[in-house]
Amino acid sequence: MNEGKPIQNAPSREILEKIFRTAYKIRVFETEGIKLYRQGLIRGYFHPYLGQEGIAAGVCAALREGDFIASTHRGHGHCIAWGASIRKMVAELLQKETGYCKGYGGSMHIADISSGNLGANGIVGAGTPLGVGAALASQVRGSDAVTVTFSTDGASNNGTFLESLNLAAIWNLNFILVIENNGYAVSTRIDESTRDTDLYKRGIAIGVESHQVDGNDPLEVHRVTMQAVKTCRAGKGPVLIEAKTYRHMGHHVNDPGKYMPEEELAHYKARDPVDRARAALKEMAGFSDAEIGAIEAEAAAEFADAVEFSVRSPEVTAESFAAFAQGY
Amino acid sequence: MAERELMYREALREAIDEEMARDPTVFIIGEGIAERGGSYKVTEGLLAKYGPGRVRDTPIAEAGMIGVGVGAAIAGARPIVEILYVDFAMLGMDMIVNQAAKFRLMTGGEGRVPFVMRTQGGTGGGVAAQHSQSLEALFYHIPGLRVVMPSTPSDAKGLLKYALRQPDPVMFLEHKHLYMTRGMVPDGEHIIEFGKGDIKRAGTDVTVIAWSNMVPRTLEAAEELSLQGISVEVIDPRTLVPLDRAMILASVSRTRRCVIVQEANRRGGVASDICSIILAEAFWELDAPVEIVAGLDIPVPFNLALEKASVPQKDDIIAAVRRALHESPVARAAG
Repeated sequence: MNEGKPIQNAPSREILEKIFRTAYKIRVFETEGIKLYRQGLIRGYFHPYLGQEGIAAGVCAALREGDFIASTHRGHGHCIAWGASIRKMVAELLQKETGYCKGYGGSMHIADISSGNLGANGIVGAGTPLGVGAALASQVRGSDAVTVTFSTDGASNNGTFLESLNLAAIWNLNFILVIENNGYAVSTRIDESTRDTDLYKRGIAIGVESHQVDGNDPLEVHRVTMQAVKTCRAGKGPVLIEAKTYRHMGHHVNDPGKYMPEEELAHYKARDPVDRARAALKEMAGFSDAEIGAIEAEAAAEFADAVEFSVRSPEVTAESFAAFAQGY
Repeated sequence: MAERELMYREALREAIDEEMARDPTVFIIGEGIAERGGSYKVTEGLLAKYGPGRVRDTPIAEAGMIGVGVGAAIAGARPIVEILYVDFAMLGMDMIVNQAAKFRLMTGGEGRVPFVMRTQGGTGGGVAAQHSQSLEALFYHIPGLRVVMPSTPSDAKGLLKYALRQPDPVMFLEHKHLYMTRGMVPDGEHIIEFGKGDIKRAGTDVTVIAWSNMVPRTLEAAEELSLQGISVEVIDPRTLVPLDRAMILASVSRTRRCVIVQEANRRGGVASDICSIILAEAFWELDAPVEIVAGLDIPVPFNLALEKASVPQKDDIIAAVRRALHESPVARAAG
């Protein structure tokens, strides 16, 4: 921390608040969502973003309207940080017509093209070429929009990682690849799946500006992303950011994560990104406990409202489905 | 309307050129397509006209290039990705099958993927097992894709122009034997909607359904049969998805006999599916079993005689037509 001295390029009060608000919203969404899952209200797959909230919050606070994001199977956090409607997200998880995808997609496929969210993805690694494609579309159109693909350590061993990052590099695309390195591909440890666990070096190897950051430090994530965005908008992209982090639980709701060593989990929990965003808001922006409490209460109320809205919402009718199927 | 004679590859180039001129979001990427103009010369001259931003060479990275094409389409552009051989598209199947084909449904209809993959397949000149396949059945099977297989310069141009205006992922499958073939192409804005077959030759005794390079071969067979007094109707569906069922069923109901010809190997092929549609919809109109003429269920061999033996030839089509005619109850009674 800054010991009371002024920090150079310290994020504004608005940004600090935005980052905490976002990280906390994600925390509530995942924590409460898991409860709904246990009650049987949510079915299918649910990959919680718990423990990684600082990355989505820090990155998205550095982007602006007109930019694009592409996400992963663990995508709720990216969606929320991008400013998605909690109502439409919960409705989607509850298979309702009022959800982002009318219940056709579910947790792993929430997308919102109108806002530039290219979507979560059920195929590990697929978001990278799709994001590079969006960046290519922007370049062809003469737009300086930036595309961020949130990717994973697991995806970095997939062929599309090299193929598409290389395309972004030869074409100098406005593309930022954020590798959320949480140390596990489902249950396989990173040191079992690659020899050099510093994944940012792979970008350097193909001439891409690459950084490694503490993914549990939302402000550091934000600072590095701001620089990366600047680099891209100056036509000098792409940029790779490896954000080191850790899951707070197993791969998905039904994975107890027994393979995750207790001391490792404790190490990261002691560096909880939501706690750090909260502390920064207090210490750097002078937010009081009451003000922070109000932000937290608002997030909880928004989620509760979304559940109520979703439970009341209808599902797609058989007639509507039949009409939809006609297009195929 | 006035028309000119063009080669298949020139007709394709005209379609791309006209659509690039009309819509600034149309662009094309592929291996050796810019300076070199593509292995089949389809994109010759486009780099000079539209510049390196919209005509780009790629590394040899099919999954990556198909993927960025799909991503660009999702983001609202109209990319054409040229894949040198349909065999190489197998490296990008995740992007085609799991991404492009499913995006519309997964987003509840909100997201569309106006992505065009141009590629070519089929046998020709001993390019062996990994450069000779006819893989339309793989794409045909996947809901969400459009499958287009033009057999003439006119169809190639009209269908490609339509592909660049409609909202869904298109597998535009050309044939390596057709690029140098010639045909009349209408002047002016020439667009052919998907799902509309074309009667390439009208006839009354038997319907033969064929697409891509099997169309000229079937027309040769039909010509020979006509000299023997047999009138063959040749139908080219032009797009396999969507399929012009109405045209097929109407023709079969008229001739009461049907032969389906595909270059692809038989097992699990499109011909079998078209056959099943005819049996379900027009069984009582038939006077003979539906005949399928297809490639052998083996990879295509290099040896030219074996290559030829592995895919349908004119004589195979003629023999199938004769079987369809002689199997009729009338013929049997007469015999």
